[in-house]
Amino acid sequence: MTADSFYEEIVIAGFGGQGIMLTGKLLAQTAMKAGKEVTYMPAYGAEVRGGTANCMVIIAEKAIVCPVVVRHDSLIVLNKASLNKFGPRLKNGGLLIMDSSLIDTEPQLDDSIEIIPIPANELAVELGSKKSANMVVLGAYLQKRGYLTADGAAQALPAVLARRYHKTLPVNTEALRRGAEFVKACCKV
Amino acid sequence: MCGNEALAEAAILAGCDAYFGYPITPQNEIPAYMSRRMPEEGRVFVQSESELAAINMVFGASATGKRAMTSSSSPGISLMQEGISYLAGAELPAVVVNITRGGPGLGNISPAQSDYFQATRGGGHGDYRTIVLAPSSVQEMVDCMLLAFDLADQYRMTVLVLADGILGQMMEPIVLEKKPSRELPPKDWALTGAKGREQNIIRSLWLGEGVLEKHNNKLKAKYEQVQENEVLCEQYEVDDAEIVVVAYGVTARIVRGAAAKAREEGIKVGWIRPITLWPFPTEQISKVANEFRIFLTVEMSAGQMVEDVKLAVAGKAPVVFYGRPGGSVPTVDELLDKIRQLTLRHEIKI
Repeated sequence: MTADSFYEEIVIAGFGGQGIMLTGKLLAQTAMKAGKEVTYMPAYGAEVRGGTANCMVIIAEKAIVCPVVVRHDSLIVLNKASLNKFGPRLKNGGLLIMDSSLIDTEPQLDDSIEIIPIPANELAVELGSKKSANMVVLGAYLQKRGYLTADGAAQALPAVLARRYHKTLPVNTEALRRGAEFVKACCKV
Repeated sequence: MCGNEALAEAAILAGCDAYFGYPITPQNEIPAYMSRRMPEEGRVFVQSESELAAINMVFGASATGKRAMTSSSSPGISLMQEGISYLAGAELPAVVVNITRGGPGLGNISPAQSDYFQATRGGGHGDYRTIVLAPSSVQEMVDCMLLAFDLADQYRMTVLVLADGILGQMMEPIVLEKKPSRELPPKDWALTGAKGREQNIIRSLWLGEGVLEKHNNKLKAKYEQVQENEVLCEQYEVDDAEIVVVAYGVTARIVRGAAAKAREEGIKVGWIRPITLWPFPTEQISKVANEFRIFLTVEMSAGQMVEDVKLAVAGKAPVVFYGRPGGSVPTVDELLDKIRQLTLRHEIKI
């Protein structure tokens, strides 16, 4: 893949309340700070805590024409319902990052799709912040794809995290790193 | 920043003195953002008790010569139509934002383009027009807002910014920069206190014999000036195109993706994107229709702008419509299929 044709469509999905939208915004902000073209599109409206939530992020080197994602290169999921909904729409050769502490099934997907199960919830609980599972999976994704870094995301975090949550910046930074380390330790990158 | 927030910040940059509005999805980020930023700037923010109140507050603020705006989504914009008609009659500048959702009725909260008729034909009563700007990116949400306040003041008209839920909710990097303002006429008609000058009267009631006709003709002349000077549209690769796709707003971006893919397959596709929906780029489209091509209009509606495309093409070429109503968004592949079908049906050689 040449740098100029770099075009990555990502869907992030899970329960409302898991910080799905924040994860998408953080990914978009990190990419923007790294000088990439980016669009972020949330599924908006009736989603509430406990319901389903998802967002689409496109990152590219050239201007992005269409902000709507139909078939994605990468999928980050934090619950089973989202895996069932968005798993089949992954492109062949795509990447699936899933929270294996919340999803107990083996996904039935094309063999060409790389699957990285990561016990994000458990890792987040270890860090003392159950809510940071979203940062763990994002850290894992960034490490795996390699075009952005978990440190870059940590630097971009204050811009997207509401000020009243800024006391959680250290633990979320740690969660991003933990996700990246998990991938470094267990997968060929 | 999401599109709604970018648009709100652009309004502040444009010198909006007062925002009045009532919440409705998918534009709630606008009043939420304004409720924080307008007081910071020492300007006016009012969450009104209804959309009717909001548009009439705009009328009042505008009558005093201030830059005023409101925003809503489809059902709320319907409620504002009476006020917009009065604004037109009284020749008051105003900026109204419609982040369109599915309709009719309460419909749904998904992105839609089904308010085209209402926006371009004037949803209220009487002989009047509103300028309609249709951005297709978050950056254009900003650019359209900056332009909207200037156009409103220059022509003493309502300028409607017509976007949809996708543009309101999506985030893209933007540049927020004030461009040099147009040279605008002084607001010597405004109600600023009559001390030392003749009384100004703002009204839309003209009862005397022939008086309203004269007023209507004055408005008509003004609208013709707008049609002559303010049409904005973008066109791409139409010169050799055998299929010309016409679309606005976010749909135009999906079309752009499909057109690029079609070109890769050797199908000669170009596109035209109206940025002003009124005044409509009739002449631009008519010119393109002088050579035989197939026109494909794509909308997130059951077919509204296609009528203006047909008027512009005036029978010189076939006009085909493809639409997804009810808050559904067409995909690039879906449009590509439609384009392929057209080449087959019309036996276009590729």
